[in-house]
Amino acid sequence: MRFDWLYRESGRIAELFLWHLWLSVIPVVIGLLLALPLGWLAHRAGFFRSTMLGAAGLLYTIPSLALFVLLPLALGTRILDPLNVVVALTIYALALLIRTVTDGLDSVQPDVIQAANAMGYRTLPRLLFVELPLAVPVIAAGLRVAVVSNVSIVSVAALVGTPQLGLLFTQGLQLRFLTPIIAGIVLCVLLAALLDGIVLFATKRLTPWQPGGAER
Amino acid sequence: MIAWFSDPAHWTGTDGVFALVIQHLIYSGVALFFSCLIGLPIGLYVGHTGRGVVVIAGLANALRALPSLGLIVLLVILFGPVFASDMAFIVPSIIVLVLLAVPPIMSATYAGVAAVDPAAVDAARGMGKRPLDILFDVELPCALPLIFSGLRSATLQIISTATIAAYVSLGGLGRLIIDGRAQNDYYQMAAGAVLVGALALMVDLVIGIISRLTVSPGLTRRA
Repeated sequence: MRFDWLYRESGRIAELFLWHLWLSVIPVVIGLLLALPLGWLAHRAGFFRSTMLGAAGLLYTIPSLALFVLLPLALGTRILDPLNVVVALTIYALALLIRTVTDGLDSVQPDVIQAANAMGYRTLPRLLFVELPLAVPVIAAGLRVAVVSNVSIVSVAALVGTPQLGLLFTQGLQLRFLTPIIAGIVLCVLLAALLDGIVLFATKRLTPWQPGGAER
Repeated sequence: MIAWFSDPAHWTGTDGVFALVIQHLIYSGVALFFSCLIGLPIGLYVGHTGRGVVVIAGLANALRALPSLGLIVLLVILFGPVFASDMAFIVPSIIVLVLLAVPPIMSATYAGVAAVDPAAVDAARGMGKRPLDILFDVELPCALPLIFSGLRSATLQIISTATIAAYVSLGGLGRLIIDGRAQNDYYQMAAGAVLVGALALMVDLVIGIISRLTVSPGLTRRA
């Protein structure tokens, strides 16, 4: 390890770290916002369920590098545009989260729904105030997987040249220099742990009824 | 891109599409073989005995956070000088592929065995089966659907990462993407991407068919 190199490059590394942070977080947030209504549709209607979960599985099958390369063709963007990465990762997050949201809503006990009906809840308030809060543990588990795997997938985008920590890996290989590679790996793992911790913390705050938080 | 695909020179020869697909499949197959060799026994052991559950879950989470590209590059630089010729990048790449594929296989196998109906296990014990017979005659067949779903995600992970490993000169369809990028030939990149996607879908389909054929109809209620 060459710490003087790290010190000299710290400004650039911090910049790459921030890029990496945004590229990992934004797609998951958009993915979750899209997955909530779609997952609810899949939960409600059998027809949507099979088609949507099938489509989600299909999208998840496509290797990340292939998606990064093909999106410019579909979006009309340039290959270096970070938008490609955001869209690709949103697709992955969405594919993963639709299933999670569906499973989460399925996990709500029928008794609870009947009780809510009896108390006069209409469909939308029941969804927002009864079903969604109870589905949080399952949704959060999927969210953790999505966030953590996104951090790893973002670094692949270095191969098409988008700025983020993955550039430290390509630079390290070109220079046959270990320091940036190790720094990149450590920062990726730290970022994943940090984001995972945030989701875990938020889940604990949202599910006060669960003993010991929402582990598993 | 259609022009790229319709040029016969792109299909044959040592760097043609056919050769690259076969290379891709060979590397993926080798990696999957070793991953099963490691992941299946550990998963079966943990599922059968219930020991080490926390270790497995923690390991799977930690490994998911590791950036695959970083690992490949790291291992190539570390091990590269040790091996002669092509092995300098083949061995590190395969190690990373195995490292990424073991956790899904391991946790799916564990989850599958742990989820087997205890009544079925009790019945087998009542019939006088020994622990190993219970494992292979009852728990393993009942766990197959989940094991196959683990194998499926492991295989996709391998195919996807093997593409990335083209960056450290591993052969396979990733070559088209990486070389295309280097030569600023977008159509070659796009063709590579389409082929990798198609390969992943095909392999996924094949595993799905194998799983349909091997899982006992009693489990899927299709009998």
